[in-house]
Amino acid sequence: MNAPMEGYNFAYLDEATKRMLRRTILKAVAVPGHQIPFGAREMPLPYGWGTGGIQVTAAILGPADTLKVIDQGADDTTNAISIRRFFTRVAGVATTERTEDATIIQTRHRIPEAPLREDQVLVYQVPQPEPLSKLEPRRAETKRLHALADYGLMHVRLYEDIARLGHIAKAYDYPVMVNGRYLMSPSPIPAFDNPKMHRMAALQLFGAGREKRIYAIPPYTEVRSLDFEDHPFRPIRAPQACALCGSRESYLDEVITDDRGGRVFVCSDTDYCGTRVAARKGAA
Amino acid sequence: MTGALLTAEGLDLHFGAIPALVDVAIDVAEGEVVAIVGESGSGKTTLLRVLSGQMAPDAGTVRWLGQDVHGMGEAARRRLMRTDWGFVHQNPRDGLRLNVSAGGNVGERLMAVGARHYGNIRAQALEWLAKVEVDATRIDDLPRTFSGGMQQRLQIARTLVTRPRLVFMDEPTGGLDVSVQARLLDLIRGLSRELGLSVLIVTHDIAAARLLADRILVMRRGRVVEQGLTDRVLDDPQHPYTQLLVSSVLAA
Amino acid sequence: MSALLRTEGLSKAFTLHLQGGTRIPVLGGVDLAVHPGECIALWGPSGAGKSTLMRCLYGNYGAGAGRILLRHGGAEIDLATADPRSIIAARRETIGYVSQFLRVIPRVATRDIVAEPMIARGVPKAEAIARATALLHRLNLPERLHGLPPATFSGGEQQRVNLARGFAPGYPVLLLDEPTASLDAANRAIVIAMINEAKHAGAAIVGIFHDAEVREAVADRLFDVLPQQDAA
Repeated sequence: MNAPMEGYNFAYLDEATKRMLRRTILKAVAVPGHQIPFGAREMPLPYGWGTGGIQVTAAILGPADTLKVIDQGADDTTNAISIRRFFTRVAGVATTERTEDATIIQTRHRIPEAPLREDQVLVYQVPQPEPLSKLEPRRAETKRLHALADYGLMHVRLYEDIARLGHIAKAYDYPVMVNGRYLMSPSPIPAFDNPKMHRMAALQLFGAGREKRIYAIPPYTEVRSLDFEDHPFRPIRAPQACALCGSRESYLDEVITDDRGGRVFVCSDTDYCGTRVAARKGAA
Repeated sequence: MTGALLTAEGLDLHFGAIPALVDVAIDVAEGEVVAIVGESGSGKTTLLRVLSGQMAPDAGTVRWLGQDVHGMGEAARRRLMRTDWGFVHQNPRDGLRLNVSAGGNVGERLMAVGARHYGNIRAQALEWLAKVEVDATRIDDLPRTFSGGMQQRLQIARTLVTRPRLVFMDEPTGGLDVSVQARLLDLIRGLSRELGLSVLIVTHDIAAARLLADRILVMRRGRVVEQGLTDRVLDDPQHPYTQLLVSSVLAA
Repeated sequence: MSALLRTEGLSKAFTLHLQGGTRIPVLGGVDLAVHPGECIALWGPSGAGKSTLMRCLYGNYGAGAGRILLRHGGAEIDLATADPRSIIAARRETIGYVSQFLRVIPRVATRDIVAEPMIARGVPKAEAIARATALLHRLNLPERLHGLPPATFSGGEQQRVNLARGFAPGYPVLLLDEPTASLDAANRAIVIAMINEAKHAGAAIVGIFHDAEVREAVADRLFDVLPQQDAA
């Protein structure tokens, strides 16, 4: 363990705040998929950069934890690097880029390709926790709709997609029903990742800093993507192989290589891709 | 009254010093169309809101199949509102989602009660658009591109698609041209008979009440001053106010 | 044989609240009884209250005093005091009313207007439409009009629509208010035949017939209706 910075409490937040956050998280775990309001603190980075996820991580982080942070699946992007460095400095915890070595994984917009375990926690950064927000702007009304499990409106949205486009157009932030009770936004992960949430062994926590909401999916919880019987949910990925590791299973990013339309598809999960490339080299 | 679906007794409601409802009793039987008439401010719209559970009275009870509407809790009341009940607003903009296609508007109630087969939902939406005489080619259009009469017909389709047993209507022909009104009234009349619907309709249009209603209640200053068989109340009115109301109607 | 429709001491007055509460007595102590297969013609000068009596018999006007007893569903109901739902049921099953004027329902086709009361009584739709069409033909209403709403029809055509609607269901009790007023001789003869057929079928009929030829052809007896001011 590295020596944390002087002058800050462990993991930046004071203990009372962490206790408040933990109570909120416990409540969220007790009512899977239900958004719990909490007193979000000002964090030393702007809204939209993961303030909700960071507060959740800070509340559950212990000195023995190993932290991994990804942004769109990548460990080496600005957001991921700065959050990782932040916790190194304020908590002195070990960090890793390897999914299997991490005990806590904070993520923005992806779920790692490797299956997670019971001893791991996945923390999502959430910009808009309310799945109905675009359909019903009044918060009092969306709360009522959740209370009454009145979710016809969300299906209306999917109906509209099929009526106009012939298929459900939502490719990310695809709404799910948690434990057969609450409609939940999975944060803007690709719909491709939705099936990984279903009965996941790891605890999944969601933090929205600006909107001041926390919600959770306990391990092995039923998570179903909304769909129609005759238009079933289908996780979509680019029909290509990764240009680096050759995977045909992983979620791919399209990378423009020049200004003449050249492009390649590579794994969005850098650890998954790197591990496969290394294994191939080792075998060769 | 046996066989009544909805019964209300002793309804009282005051807005400050203004009496909105004074000891009002009403019941609606299966398949019956009941009109509430009276001038603006007579309390008829308030009565409709109280009967449909949207507003609580100061005193009195409203029962649906014997169940206390105001005591049943919001979840149960909402369920009622999207299954056994329907509500047609005077302004279709209050009863429609203007940023959702006509088909989505009709399908919403089906989806709210658990329909999860797109093809079936769409087929039912088409069937109902036909019933309310909206061209099938408009199914994917937004209601904001519809005329007022079409919007109102769409609202009726959206309300009736789940086959409610009782429909509350608040001045359904209110803002429409006379020619459009006639068409709408005829549609309501036809559908209520075909489906055996009970309808509780608030209107200040005596001709509409005569055309649609089996029974009529005349309201004034929060009180029901006269009620009975529609043609008897209108042709042989007893109360001075009813006589005034009936004699004020311009003969076409 | 017991009467299908009778009144006991039926009185009716109008109180005109808009004219300072003026009270106009129209009927006083009317005792009338009509039996199956019988046709009674109301008789009296204009303004004596014949139409008022007819409207009372149909429950359209309330009664001031007395009873209006209609044999309906195996029992007698008092139309003066019955609740609206019972009166609606009685009108559906037992008592029909043909007025001089057709109250037009917008946009509804003539044949549907005629078929409607039969359908309400449970006649299958196809059969009701067939009977409506046949009756309209009998009343010389050309086929091309059957699919149109009668709003634009002539007075005589509208009256025949009204007659078809009133006669088609075969009510046990029929009230006819000047059923032939706007008809030519040929159609009058048809209506006379229809009334007599209804009588043979056991209907009890009360009518106002200004036309002496029709009255003599159908009425079994006259019932005097006297102006109240004169009677008093």
